[in-house]
Amino acid sequence: MNNSLPRIAVHKFASCDGCQLAFLNAGEALLTLSQRAEIVHFTEAGWDAPLAKVDIAFVEGSISTPHDLERIRAVRESAKTLVTIGACATAGGLQALRNGVQQSAEWVADIYASPEYIQSLPESRPISAHVIVDLELWGCPVTSKQVLSALGDLLKGITPVNSGEPVCVECKRSGHACVLVTQSQPCMGPVTRTGCGALCPAFGRACYGCFGPAEQANTASLANQFKHMGLGPKDIARRFLFITSAASPFSDTGRHYLEQDRD
Amino acid sequence: MTERSFNVNIPVLTRVEGEGALDLSIEKGQISELRLRIFEPPRLFEKFLEGRSYMEVPDMVARICGICPVAYQMSATQALENILGLQPGPWLSAMRRLFYCGEWIESHSMHIHLLAAPDFLGFSNAIDLAGKYPDIVRRGLRLQEAGNAIIRLLGGRSVHPVGVRVGGFWRAPSTSDVASLLEELQTLLPEAEALVQWTATLPLPDGQQDFESVSLGNAGEYPMNQGRIVSSHGLDIAIADFEKEFSESHVPHSTALHCHHQGQDYLVGPLARMNLNFSTLPDSTHKLAIATGISFPSANVFHSIVARALELHLAMSEAIRLLQGYEPSDSPYQQGTPRTGIGFGATEAPRGLLWHRYELDETGSIVSARIVPPTSQNQARMEADLRTSLNHFGLDKPEAQLRQHAETVIRNYDPCISCATHFLKLKIQHI
Repeated sequence: MNNSLPRIAVHKFASCDGCQLAFLNAGEALLTLSQRAEIVHFTEAGWDAPLAKVDIAFVEGSISTPHDLERIRAVRESAKTLVTIGACATAGGLQALRNGVQQSAEWVADIYASPEYIQSLPESRPISAHVIVDLELWGCPVTSKQVLSALGDLLKGITPVNSGEPVCVECKRSGHACVLVTQSQPCMGPVTRTGCGALCPAFGRACYGCFGPAEQANTASLANQFKHMGLGPKDIARRFLFITSAASPFSDTGRHYLEQDRD
Repeated sequence: MTERSFNVNIPVLTRVEGEGALDLSIEKGQISELRLRIFEPPRLFEKFLEGRSYMEVPDMVARICGICPVAYQMSATQALENILGLQPGPWLSAMRRLFYCGEWIESHSMHIHLLAAPDFLGFSNAIDLAGKYPDIVRRGLRLQEAGNAIIRLLGGRSVHPVGVRVGGFWRAPSTSDVASLLEELQTLLPEAEALVQWTATLPLPDGQQDFESVSLGNAGEYPMNQGRIVSSHGLDIAIADFEKEFSESHVPHSTALHCHHQGQDYLVGPLARMNLNFSTLPDSTHKLAIATGISFPSANVFHSIVARALELHLAMSEAIRLLQGYEPSDSPYQQGTPRTGIGFGATEAPRGLLWHRYELDETGSIVSARIVPPTSQNQARMEADLRTSLNHFGLDKPEAQLRQHAETVIRNYDPCISCATHFLKLKIQHI
């Protein structure tokens, strides 16, 4: 191995492994990556040195067990730059749907015959809830382009551009018919961060928010629009409380309508 | 022979779905304890599904696995359509098979090249493997990308596709996209043939074992999206009867449930499918299989990698056939009307049988969900295999070799990548 190359690590916490595929699905770029950086930890691909000092650590997955909490602190200690990849690491992930749910311990008991063997923190939380994060890449999943372009910038010492503009902007640029206006579908595009390529509208369906909240997202206004379109409070809540249910302002708007539903 | 007593601990297994480890204790030359620990944090998906609309299910269950989201979407849509009374027509059945071909190609190629092959050729990862065999690894990456391209055609993206809905696909692919993908796959087909031949030349260990193979079957074709549940011990049941024959139990050392058939471990995945459905292979794949010199059904579990390569070839051939016959549809999906009921879905994920059961209320909300993934079905089999294989390998071998062999055995099952099996760190305790 060339010792002068920058060292990188890829760590996994609670997740589906889909964001690590940004590396493993990169094809030829996966092979050339090894000429630009030395991979020292990436268990899914065959490197296991979780405590090795690195220049950049990529982190997939949310923190949901006491053991994860110890591990993420060690990752932070070992890395000069820590980058979260994906909705789990950046916002707690889909599994954050258990946060604030009174009966989540009963859920464990429903699924596992011996719940006493299951070690779990009360909430699934993003990496930034526990340690300082230098760059957050949103997406469920993140794309190869997104991750490799951020890595390329970091290797050159440039701060990566991390656009916070909504799907709507990209959707308009792509020339798709607006599914919200023309089909009255409850599209999350106006409040969701872009990066997917406005895929759902291209398929004639409403965006479901998998890249998390855009910058300055006016969720209250969009929720109000959904209400005028005839959605009930529970349906509105579910639009916001899905892939990134723990990310504000999705969480606030979602909970507001959930409470309305209970009243 | 010295009768040593020691422990082999693999605290983090890589290249499987989720996080896992292996604890092995050898006392006086005998295995006294062997536990494949899966400690992937529980994510409670079955509970999150409760109360959600049936229309949200395909997007939600995809998130269970980034490597095989298509499988989760296909089992779920089948089960839900079963409740709504929707029957997929010929166009939709063909497109779903095409979609599944994409996932088999992507997942199988990734497993063969990035996860399993380094074991058999003495490397610890695919990048190092590529240093010596660049053409082999590049071929693998190209095939993997071809699988991803098929998924993108129908799903928009290969991880957590957005194109799927209950009742069909949100949109039909354009004929121009189909034409360019078809051309690409036709160019790559010879590479899939070469891959099969190459896997058959790998120095695979001898692993003759007595096990029951379970897969979908009696489908009139090599099974992906439909069929009955059949086994090498004569089982032949409707998918709705799965719970009568198979039971899951929770063992203390695992967050994955162990599944047994009538109290016994069993095998799911490429080798089980090949063993049970060999006669349904299309001619070109069948010829390649014969040329490998391996006769299926095979009792050598290490033939899984060859079965995987054959399935990749089958999926390429099938994808080409389906794309050649492609005609766009004005109605890529059927609309369902919610109603109360219970429905079942079973399809063949790259790693094996993936069984779903859902109950809906009259508004279309999920009342309950049960999902039995392939890795939980293979878990008991993997433990049984490890006992047999390590004894056969020789418990008197150096610990590093034992560890490497144990890892190779585990990885051979391709326990879904987020499940972890690679780094066996030895902690030796002489008792």
